[in-house]
Amino acid sequence: MGLKTFKGGVHPKDGKDLSKSKPIKELLPEGDLVFPLSQHIGAPATPIVAVGDAVLKGQKIAEAGGFVSSPIYSSVSGTVKAIEPRRVTVGDMVNSIIIESDGEFNEVTYEETEDVTKLSNEEIIGKIKEAGVVGMGGAGFPTHVKLSPKEPDKIEYIIANCAECEPYLTSDYRRMIEEPEKLVEGMKIILQLFPHAKGIFGVEDNKPDCIEKLQALVAGEARMEVCPLQTKYPQGGERQLIFATTGRSINSKMLPADAGCIVDNVETMVAIYNAVRFGRPLTNRIFTVTGDAVCEPRNFYISIGTSYSQLLEAAGGLVAPAKKMIAGGPMMGFALFGVDVPTTKTTSALLCMTEDEASKYETTACINCGRCVEACPEALVPSRLADYSEHKQMDKFEEWYGLECVECGSCSYVCPARRPLAQSVKTMKKFVLAEKRKKN
Amino acid sequence: MNLVSDLLNVTSSPHVRDKMDTQKIMALVVISLLPASIFGICNFGLHALVLILVTIASCVASEWIYEKIVHKKSTINDLSAVVTGLLLALNLPPTLPWWQAVLGGVFAIVIVKMLFGGLGQNFMNPALGARCFLLISFTGSMTSFTYDGVTGATPLAALKAGESVDTMSMLLGTTAGTIGETSVIALLIGAIILILFGVIDLRIPGSYIITFAIFVLIFGGHGFDMNYLVAQLCGGGLMLGAFFMATDYVTSPITPNGKILYGIVLGILTGIFRIYGASAEGVSYAIIFSNLLVPLIERITIPRAFGVVKEKGGNK
Repeated sequence: MGLKTFKGGVHPKDGKDLSKSKPIKELLPEGDLVFPLSQHIGAPATPIVAVGDAVLKGQKIAEAGGFVSSPIYSSVSGTVKAIEPRRVTVGDMVNSIIIESDGEFNEVTYEETEDVTKLSNEEIIGKIKEAGVVGMGGAGFPTHVKLSPKEPDKIEYIIANCAECEPYLTSDYRRMIEEPEKLVEGMKIILQLFPHAKGIFGVEDNKPDCIEKLQALVAGEARMEVCPLQTKYPQGGERQLIFATTGRSINSKMLPADAGCIVDNVETMVAIYNAVRFGRPLTNRIFTVTGDAVCEPRNFYISIGTSYSQLLEAAGGLVAPAKKMIAGGPMMGFALFGVDVPTTKTTSALLCMTEDEASKYETTACINCGRCVEACPEALVPSRLADYSEHKQMDKFEEWYGLECVECGSCSYVCPARRPLAQSVKTMKKFVLAEKRKKN
Repeated sequence: MNLVSDLLNVTSSPHVRDKMDTQKIMALVVISLLPASIFGICNFGLHALVLILVTIASCVASEWIYEKIVHKKSTINDLSAVVTGLLLALNLPPTLPWWQAVLGGVFAIVIVKMLFGGLGQNFMNPALGARCFLLISFTGSMTSFTYDGVTGATPLAALKAGESVDTMSMLLGTTAGTIGETSVIALLIGAIILILFGVIDLRIPGSYIITFAIFVLIFGGHGFDMNYLVAQLCGGGLMLGAFFMATDYVTSPITPNGKILYGIVLGILTGIFRIYGASAEGVSYAIIFSNLLVPLIERITIPRAFGVVKEKGGNK
């Protein structure tokens, strides 16, 4: 008995009440929009417009830079103002196309497909690739690559990641409440690609209304089911979700496809539907602006490329001085230097907090309590790994499976000595991987 | 941009923290020891209270003075010295001269804990290290147990001598013994508090007690004599040791399977010491002995990461 879940995990304050009841509102961008050429995993896209060119909404402005890459489309009509490096949410400077919106939103015409079932697999994947669809939960892995596994016949499960386990985020929740049919249609298209697969919607049980809506929609679908999951972070982590819904486990050296699974999040599945059915490229997404420092926490339907500062203004600005601003959720999001950064295909939220818990507490000595071990969804011993990280003991770090870390941050969250465990392990992981590359 | 403060803190994720910290954990341990402490004071009288207070004061003062001398930031606020002092006091006979208790507190904190680097670095349980130091140094006063004005044997010593014991009074705690070890009921109330608040789990105490019980059944020489088994489980420092001292975070393994193995080693050692040893007691020595094995136990119980399949010839 009991809900399906994984071993380990934590229960941070979920904060979703701030914005979960706010309907999605379309936000029309003003002024300049910034389109970083790297908003996905893989090679950066190559610009195909020049400074001074006029562009339409939905027009391709950058071509994929390789197979593992993705094209980029303008989300507004206007003029290309510059192509130059701009600061992005993670803090890097990334070469970007800057488009000045003319406020008209003149759109290109898209090629619709009345009957999707008549499309061949190649046509479907081609449309997804052409539309620039990538994993919109944060990783940004090009979706057409994910949907082209080596052995398509061995794919048995298509899992929709509807967990939304990150605290505060409500964009997937709103999508499932307002337009669940688009999500289900997206799932149908993927199932068409994989005839032996079953579609599973994994939803945390803190969203009973979503579970109900999805269950009603899939009632007549033989190949789909809704799987309620225990509310626990990181339930939506890829490896954890696969285990919870199918009982299969994968490690860092495997892809979900090795266990017969493909995982896509809510927004990605909707983007797949829009791409295949309506020929629409990925130019918009749902975005949450929330946190106790925000005047009116909201969910917006945004044009990708809109600046964070405009989104914050649209939410009424700040009611209290924010000590910390985060792109994404509090567990895995990126702390921002400022709000003058663009939204991309993978950014789902702006979280402004009046309290910075991460810097508030002083780090004290490890008491070996083992809370990090209990919390780790990967069954690691984070306190030991952090020691090996501090002493740069590569062999020990690997012997204790440090490279399996999924960087969920659960260990740092629970540590009563307030040690930056996840941070240490992340740093060492990068170091070990870099050393390995050097050797090869 | 005036909207945003210029002083945003930019740190690596995660950006939120749980409320539980070291001080709260230590406070919970102190609270869970209160039933046994209060029972001890009621059972043995005011001198027990004096011993508890001077031992705690001695531990806290030792830590504070030591850190002053070596120019380290004071750590007495983490309450770990209070826990050490209280645990040591509960392991002392109620009639011990107070100055010996003070000496024990100094030994626990300075020698066993601070000289090895302070909280988190000691390899041996400070309270038990000090108890063994006192046992060797002041054997007379450390092994003389008076109850109701009569100096006599503890139930465990009586059991070893072949006499019969009243298991009901052992459960309640109305017997001779150290201040905190006699009442099984008071200790179990504390243990339940620790488990409910997630301070400890049953891996160590469970495997310890079960292994010890099996050992006693096989090697105790009393067969399936339930009265003997219950007396062995309730007597001496087993309950206090299993729930409050073997579970000391710093000196027990961090690996989940290591905790179980550690409990098994403890159960076997306690059985050997009690049945074949000269003394009726064995818990303290079993725990400090096993403390030394912790690094080895951890080495052979490195948990296999989620999703990693065991392969011949290493995990690569």
